[in-house]
Amino acid sequence: MKLTLHVWRQKNAQDTGGMVRYDVPNVNEHMSFLEMLDVLNESLIEKGQDPIAFDHDCREGICGMCGMMINGKAHGGFPGTTVCQVHMRHFKDGDVIYLEPWRAKAFPVIKDLAVNRASFDRIIAAGGFISVPTGSAPDGNAIPIRKQDADLAMDAAACIGCGACVAACPNAAAALFVGAKISHLGHLPQGKVERDRRALAMVQQMNIEGFANCTNIGECEAACPKDIKLEVIARTNRDYIKAAFTERPDSTSAGAG
Amino acid sequence: MELISNAPTGPIEQSWDKHKFDLKLINPANKRKYNIIVVGSGLAGGAAAASLGELGYNVQCFCYQDSPRRAHSIAAQGGINAAKNYHNDGDSIYRLFYDTVKGGDFRSREANVYRLAQVSVNIIDQCVAQGVPFAREYGGLLDNRSFGGAQVSRTFYARGQTGQQLLLGAYQALERQIGLGAVKMHPRMDMLDLIVVDGQARGIVTRSLYDGKIEVHMADAVILATGGYANVFYLSTNAKGCNATAIWRAYKRGALFANPCFTQIHPTCIPVAGEYQSKLTLMSESLRNDGRIWVPKQPGDKRAPGSIPESERDYYLERRYPSFGNLVPRDIASRAAKAECDAGRGVGETGLGVYLDLADSIQRLGKRTIAERYGNLIEMYERITGEDPYKVPMRIYPASHYVMGGLWVDYNLMSTIPGLFVLGEANFSDHGANRLGASALMQGLADGYFIIPYAIGDYLATAKPAQVAVDAPAAKEAVANATAITKKLLNANGNRTVDSFHRELGKIVWDNCGMARNEAGLKKALAQIPALREDFWKNVRVLGANEEFNQSLERAGRVADFFELAELMCLDALDRRESCGGHFREEYQTPEGEALRDDANYSYVAAWEYQGQDRAPALTKEPLTFNYVKPSQRSYK
Amino acid sequence: MSATAVSLPAGSLHFWQTTVGKKAIMAITGFILFGFIVGHLLGNLQIFLPPEKINHYSATLKSLPALLWGARITLLLAVGLHIWSSFQLWLLQRDARPIKYVKKANLNSTYASRTMLWSGPIILAFLIFHLLHFTFGTVHPGGPFDEHNVYNNVVTGFQVWPVSLFYIVAMIMLCYHLYHGLWSMFQSLGFSHPVYTPWLQRFAKLVAILIAAGNISIPVAVLAGFIKPV
Repeated sequence: MKLTLHVWRQKNAQDTGGMVRYDVPNVNEHMSFLEMLDVLNESLIEKGQDPIAFDHDCREGICGMCGMMINGKAHGGFPGTTVCQVHMRHFKDGDVIYLEPWRAKAFPVIKDLAVNRASFDRIIAAGGFISVPTGSAPDGNAIPIRKQDADLAMDAAACIGCGACVAACPNAAAALFVGAKISHLGHLPQGKVERDRRALAMVQQMNIEGFANCTNIGECEAACPKDIKLEVIARTNRDYIKAAFTERPDSTSAGAG
Repeated sequence: MELISNAPTGPIEQSWDKHKFDLKLINPANKRKYNIIVVGSGLAGGAAAASLGELGYNVQCFCYQDSPRRAHSIAAQGGINAAKNYHNDGDSIYRLFYDTVKGGDFRSREANVYRLAQVSVNIIDQCVAQGVPFAREYGGLLDNRSFGGAQVSRTFYARGQTGQQLLLGAYQALERQIGLGAVKMHPRMDMLDLIVVDGQARGIVTRSLYDGKIEVHMADAVILATGGYANVFYLSTNAKGCNATAIWRAYKRGALFANPCFTQIHPTCIPVAGEYQSKLTLMSESLRNDGRIWVPKQPGDKRAPGSIPESERDYYLERRYPSFGNLVPRDIASRAAKAECDAGRGVGETGLGVYLDLADSIQRLGKRTIAERYGNLIEMYERITGEDPYKVPMRIYPASHYVMGGLWVDYNLMSTIPGLFVLGEANFSDHGANRLGASALMQGLADGYFIIPYAIGDYLATAKPAQVAVDAPAAKEAVANATAITKKLLNANGNRTVDSFHRELGKIVWDNCGMARNEAGLKKALAQIPALREDFWKNVRVLGANEEFNQSLERAGRVADFFELAELMCLDALDRRESCGGHFREEYQTPEGEALRDDANYSYVAAWEYQGQDRAPALTKEPLTFNYVKPSQRSYK
Repeated sequence: MSATAVSLPAGSLHFWQTTVGKKAIMAITGFILFGFIVGHLLGNLQIFLPPEKINHYSATLKSLPALLWGARITLLLAVGLHIWSSFQLWLLQRDARPIKYVKKANLNSTYASRTMLWSGPIILAFLIFHLLHFTFGTVHPGGPFDEHNVYNNVVTGFQVWPVSLFYIVAMIMLCYHLYHGLWSMFQSLGFSHPVYTPWLQRFAKLVAILIAAGNISIPVAVLAGFIKPV
């Protein structure tokens, strides 16, 4: 099949950028979407033109590195699918496809379709963990965990940090990403100790990074390649509100002795 | 060069504890005076960086991805082994040790493997405490499944995303240390060279993938946890960015490279679909718990699988290996699939595939249970192939997946360059000639969480590295070297893309140094690779400049190193005139077609030393002795 | 080695400074306003009874200044906070995506949910008019305003069809606003459940439609001549 692509090209963070049109002949329906871009890039290099920069790594939908808007839909809008898992059999001859990078103040463009998602790492660094230094853990079976809780934690922990939720949200909110981590750790007994501080710290960092608020509209849930549910955002809200009204300042004598 | 393994002697059950006690310590207040570089942020690197940060060292961690959370450990699906014996089925540390040495076809160091089995139990505890949502039973306790090469259920798992969950555990611990300022993270950085001062590893040269800036980072010790080199085959289950550059440049600075020809071909991957194929996707080995592998009995049978009656199917693994059946180790399963396809019984358009059939299990356990166990794998398969495994059997074929070979390290995980430690898949240490399923995650975390924190203290306390300036001559020389390679790639200005060279190289290596090797093929490859490499440096086309986000340039540097590594692989494979584990030399096999080891002549680790660009590398042998698990013909019949 | 688990950076954001806090404020004030809307509707539906009823109702309210002013102040505060929060969030949203997409598709959000920032100001504009129209009587094109005869004020007010039309349009906007806001407030305050939330959403739709229908029935009844001035 033959396709027409309109791709966002931007040399670097300072460049203003714009859409550029490419015709791609000979697309095979068994190719993955990224393989189609590989083929286009190979031909661009042969013609001496700068290939299109896009992030990708594992190409099996788990590393979270890839991601772009395909016709205005994050990862192409196929249920539970990252761009690298989209195959060309979903397209037909003559299709016109628009490719744009994730757009958010907190995800500045590096080049073309590649963006910088370091803001997500900083949110995790603020509180997305359980403090347990190596070697200090009790036996794995010491605390039984209800299967249902372990499953709910796993549902949320499936987040790959790709940023599709932010890209799809009209407010560029990171609520689903933050909620996924808060829910993952919150469903486990091990995560309960730091629950309040985690909610306070992660929400605060999310705001400092410049992600706007959630309006509960659900675009993120539809875009999420790992089917994270809107419910996780309610959990953030619950934990945060509770923490905001119950958390006390650190005791001034803490750590002394 | 003489290789000293530093493996403790005496009763193996006590050797690690005794060794730990003998290791020197660094006073807590002094730890912050030491700088440690960790390259790679996967299970091994991430766990090491986090643990060392917790101890109080100044850690700098580097990765090529945009976040440490994306390291390729994340793609491991099936599980992690641990000798917990929670299921009362006869497991023990000794049995895990025994299975691993035997599974590795008696080409690993016993003391290392015993230690691995020992700390495996701590890993599970650590991960549970970090919030890794392992699968649980209704009673709230941890669930297990079985994996290839073992007759006990010792594999812990988190759906089909175990690697992801373990990595997120390590990543979160690492981010915590980053937040506390103990670790400085450098994402999107390639390590281009190792800086060796007075014989000690003292730093690295990096290139920022954002803007091409080349920088020197100095430290008191350098840890490489950069994963394996399976991408030498071009098509592999590794992530596209996985590369050997860090370990290769370390090799060229004097670290010995051990057993490069020991590569693992994973039996259950989705078959290749076409020329444009950019990577292969693995379907977890755990599927073999509930999937039966078969081919039509009649060669060239092109009927749809559903219309082939039971009597005309050959469940060849169950037939050939009745006691392990579909759960034979990976090397055996892969070769058996190749043998069936070579005999014309392969399925699918290309004939390079066998069926993995879930039908019986679906009937026995119900679709729901199967979906609960493998749901995400089945979805992934369907997305890629457009076929529904609940209705038609999956088609699978072996693919390059993991490498047992890597930089040589002693019992303390230190390479032949003092101060250069190598962890995880990047070293050669624990898996011998074949790795058992669910053991890679175990090794990566064992190295990172529980071994390096002890080993590094001993090194620093003993070696007492002196102050070295950032502009030391060795650093300047390394920068000049890295810059020159980059320049040369940009200036070649030829007419072929990097990927086209990589594809061609991969085909040579796969055809001649893949699932089966022979002398003629290896010699042919050893002639073809240098010729192609020469062509690469003349005719590669890398556009753009160094001072920008330049993905072609990143790839070009990595492929350049794969050329040299491929040659060493073939050389090692040629030199090892026996079959063992993943290394199958067609000349050396039993009448039934199983690998035929030669313990009298080849019971050693082959460690190769770089001698210069145009000189053959020198081989040093570390002899292997087996005091506990006596080498025998591996039998899974 | 620092044993600190999660340390909050200096100058921590206060509850009302975070997006989650602002949304909680919107949810609580939204709930108060919803309560008012329900009460207001129930009171107003007395228009379908003989005129004395609603006039008496109005007189009773005015005879209880503590209640009346208490409610008025609460409502004024709620409206103020609701608007203040939404305005600040709007500023954040504007900044969060400086470069817009060339193409953007919506996958599963409702029209109502995406237009809260439009339905809100329209309702505000209506509210101001509505107060001038029926509370202060300063804008009452249908005839003289008699603060003791609520019944007549309503009927003569709605006999002016453009006024009724504006009223009906505003009520449709209110319907949209409640359609999303009524369940969304629960999400913002942290309640979500795989079984109950879908019911809550259905309930929100039903209530939103009932409220709008109830309100709209009044001008329609007036225009249709079902309710006549006395």
